[in-house]
Amino acid sequence: MDSAPTFALEARGLCKTFVRGRWWHNRLRHCALENVNLALQQRTTLALVGKSGCGKTALAMCLVGLEQPDRGEIVLNGQSLQTLNRPSAIAARKEVQLVFQDSGSALNPRMSAMQIVEEPLVLCGKYSRKQRWDLAAAMMERVGISPKWSHRQPSEFSGGQKQRLAIARALVLQPKVLIMDEIFVGLDRSIQNQIANLLMELQQSHGLSYLCISHNLGLVSQFADRVAVMDKGRIVDETSSSDFSARAQGDSATVSTPCQQGPSALGTSAGA
Amino acid sequence: MKMSRIAALLVTALAFLCLTVVFAGFLAPYDVAQQNRKLAFAPPSVIHFADASGRIHLHPSVCALEDRPGAFGEYRENHLNCFPIQYLVRGTPYEVFGVVKSNLHLFGVAPQTKIFLMGTDSYGRDLFSRFLCGGQISLLAGLTATLLSLAVGALLGTLAGYFGGWLDASIMRGAELFLALPWLYFLFAARAFLPLSLSATGAFWLLIAVMSLVGWARPARLIRGVVLSSRERHYVLAARLFGGSDTYIMRRHILPETYSILLTQAVLLIPQYVLAEVTLSFLGLGVAEPTPTWGNMLSTLQKYSVLATYWWMLIPGLLLVPVFCGFVLLANELQPGRKARAA
Amino acid sequence: MLSFVFLQLAPGDFFDEMRLNPQISPEAVARLHREYGLDKPLPVRYFSWLKSAASGDWGTSFAYNAPVAPLIWSRARNTLLLTGLSMLLCWMIALPIGVFSAGERHRWIDHGCSFLTSFLLVTPDLLLALGLLWIALRTHWFPAGGMFSLKSAHAGSVAQCRDLAFHLIAPVAVLVLGGLPVLLRHIRAAMTDALQTPYIRAARSHGIPYSRLLFRHALPAASAPLVSLFGYSLGSLLSTSLLIEVVMNWPGLGPLLLEAILARDVYTVIGTVMFSALFLAGGMFVADVLLFATDPRIRTKDIG
Repeated sequence: MDSAPTFALEARGLCKTFVRGRWWHNRLRHCALENVNLALQQRTTLALVGKSGCGKTALAMCLVGLEQPDRGEIVLNGQSLQTLNRPSAIAARKEVQLVFQDSGSALNPRMSAMQIVEEPLVLCGKYSRKQRWDLAAAMMERVGISPKWSHRQPSEFSGGQKQRLAIARALVLQPKVLIMDEIFVGLDRSIQNQIANLLMELQQSHGLSYLCISHNLGLVSQFADRVAVMDKGRIVDETSSSDFSARAQGDSATVSTPCQQGPSALGTSAGA
Repeated sequence: MKMSRIAALLVTALAFLCLTVVFAGFLAPYDVAQQNRKLAFAPPSVIHFADASGRIHLHPSVCALEDRPGAFGEYRENHLNCFPIQYLVRGTPYEVFGVVKSNLHLFGVAPQTKIFLMGTDSYGRDLFSRFLCGGQISLLAGLTATLLSLAVGALLGTLAGYFGGWLDASIMRGAELFLALPWLYFLFAARAFLPLSLSATGAFWLLIAVMSLVGWARPARLIRGVVLSSRERHYVLAARLFGGSDTYIMRRHILPETYSILLTQAVLLIPQYVLAEVTLSFLGLGVAEPTPTWGNMLSTLQKYSVLATYWWMLIPGLLLVPVFCGFVLLANELQPGRKARAA
Repeated sequence: MLSFVFLQLAPGDFFDEMRLNPQISPEAVARLHREYGLDKPLPVRYFSWLKSAASGDWGTSFAYNAPVAPLIWSRARNTLLLTGLSMLLCWMIALPIGVFSAGERHRWIDHGCSFLTSFLLVTPDLLLALGLLWIALRTHWFPAGGMFSLKSAHAGSVAQCRDLAFHLIAPVAVLVLGGLPVLLRHIRAAMTDALQTPYIRAARSHGIPYSRLLFRHALPAASAPLVSLFGYSLGSLLSTSLLIEVVMNWPGLGPLLLEAILARDVYTVIGTVMFSALFLAGGMFVADVLLFATDPRIRTKDIG
């Protein structure tokens, strides 16, 4: 791994517009991302905060490859994804993984824990059955789920444990960057802390970089190194975490309050 | 998949029915084509447990039938001439699945008389035997047509739901068209443009193909709904992140969601297709004589004279009711519980 | 919108079957061939048929040796009478029962009905028809099939109507009984859904009398799926009526179609099927219009 690029993941000038409606009438254009520039440094945690509907999830989807941006560039470890041909781009994309908000819907309820965690390995196709088992079991143990529970189904796990399974699944392919979309929502305080500690440990041991999307400013400030604020599809501010919490305490009228549930993304904007 | 007790009971009953039909040759005393011209339109045999002198036996017996003097086409029993019913007799040969040959029958009587549990038809053929063997064809037709139309429906529904866009729109418009069509008209029209005189197997397969073409729409719509909702689940997105292809995702994540719907639809569709076969054969457009099916056994009832006097010819039709009842009840039990408990 | 698409597609679908029709008729004597223009290539035939169909000439029936259109129309009137009457009766019976059975009082209606409908659902229409015929033959309470008795041809019109009505009893009864279970089930489900909605509950807490609540408030809310059901049920009604007509000797489109198929009378078959498609499309169009008129939500859907 060359250590020259300082940015694990970089987004330059990303633009994305969602269009709803048929082509013959009622087309609603919603500009989710407007000229977004973001840089995630190696082995650091960048928190992304903002109101509901400001485009955080859209950004996460673009970075991971689930949505294609209309314009802009994504640079992974110094390599621009646009310049690669398709197979290499697909392989490179696997370096970035996403952990979803609701672990309940992120895990297939009909699969066992082991099947869930080893699914990426199955899709990779390069491992034998025993290898997959070993790798998956090791990862499960690393996140704190005992392998003897590997035959249980997701419904038999608690919320925190399910989130751990999701993290294990995301990490089993050894990515370099992990994007976490509101993973702390719905868990109580102590569990949130446990998972935050686990993530920090993993960051140390595996050299990961995190992009953490969250509403929860308190958690974010203790967990992240830098904070970026997003509003209406643009990054409006980016500071270090300590500056941000100092400012947030002083200035109550800033961008977001925790757990603010605004209307859905496509309904609010006047279609800029 | 957990089944309630009632469902288990129903499944057992239906399985029993299937077994009965499969071993029709064994259970039926006579061959389906065996005619007894002298005993045309004979009523069902009365089974006696007492002999002529009034003593009760445990062993059932049947009396010989002879023409009633003075009345044409009516019969009466000759109580002096009774024969006991024998079990496990050797009779006409038959095949099970076309493979196993045997001539062992469950019961029968001595050759001087006949036992007609359901009476005979215009040619004197035993209706009970014909009913059992006809069941083979009718049930098989229903089952095969169901499988075919579920396969087509599942395929089209999955494609429509998964890929969306114009594929979805066109498939769904087509499905609405097929759903709203008067199926019998369509079936007739399709049947009309194909040769009328076909061998029994030809007619059979044709029938099945045409029926499945008509009925794929409902399962397709249901499956599409399920696919649409599971397509957006986060674990599907996650699988895509790991490099899962469309086929993988469909196979591993989406199809298992459809199994319960497919099962319920199958249980609902089988009786409908059996009924379709019965209707077509009844009207003479399905399987032709002399092969018996439940449909063409009822077709002589189109003549009012037959309907009025020979009531036992209705029995095959009446027996359809418990069969369908079983299927419908089972479908009710299998449903996720919304409709059933709300009733 | 649906029916517009449907209208476009439906005749087209059946036209394709005309394309599929090769030189199949075994009795295709050369003279007949030329006479009916069958020796021209397929596309030419198709288009000339289209032209003549649009202008009202639907070909000539081989078997009856008469033009097809009037033949179909005279039969179609009978079928329409039967189908229309049955549909009307069915809905008239099913609506009140369905509405009341969804309500909370008079639970016995609900239980009784569900039992009855399950039983009716399971019994095939064919069996119902045969059963009724059997009853008719045995008891002579009502005529077993046919449309008019021989006697009535000379009687006055009132007597003819009475006669017709009597003859209608059996087929209409079968059609209604056959269609009731499905209809009842749907009405009940729609009403139950409508009764759960918050605004109905609010209305109830205002103290609106029970039956008024059911009919004036809940029923219009539940009407949307029911109107579309109306459109779809036309199709199955036509199918069932085909069968019933044949069994009960009612001179409608059913026996015509059957005879035509058995006699390989191509134009009649096509004409009949076309007619049924048009009728169906018309019915669905009416249903769509009704839906549009009754449900204000559809009109504002695109704006909201």
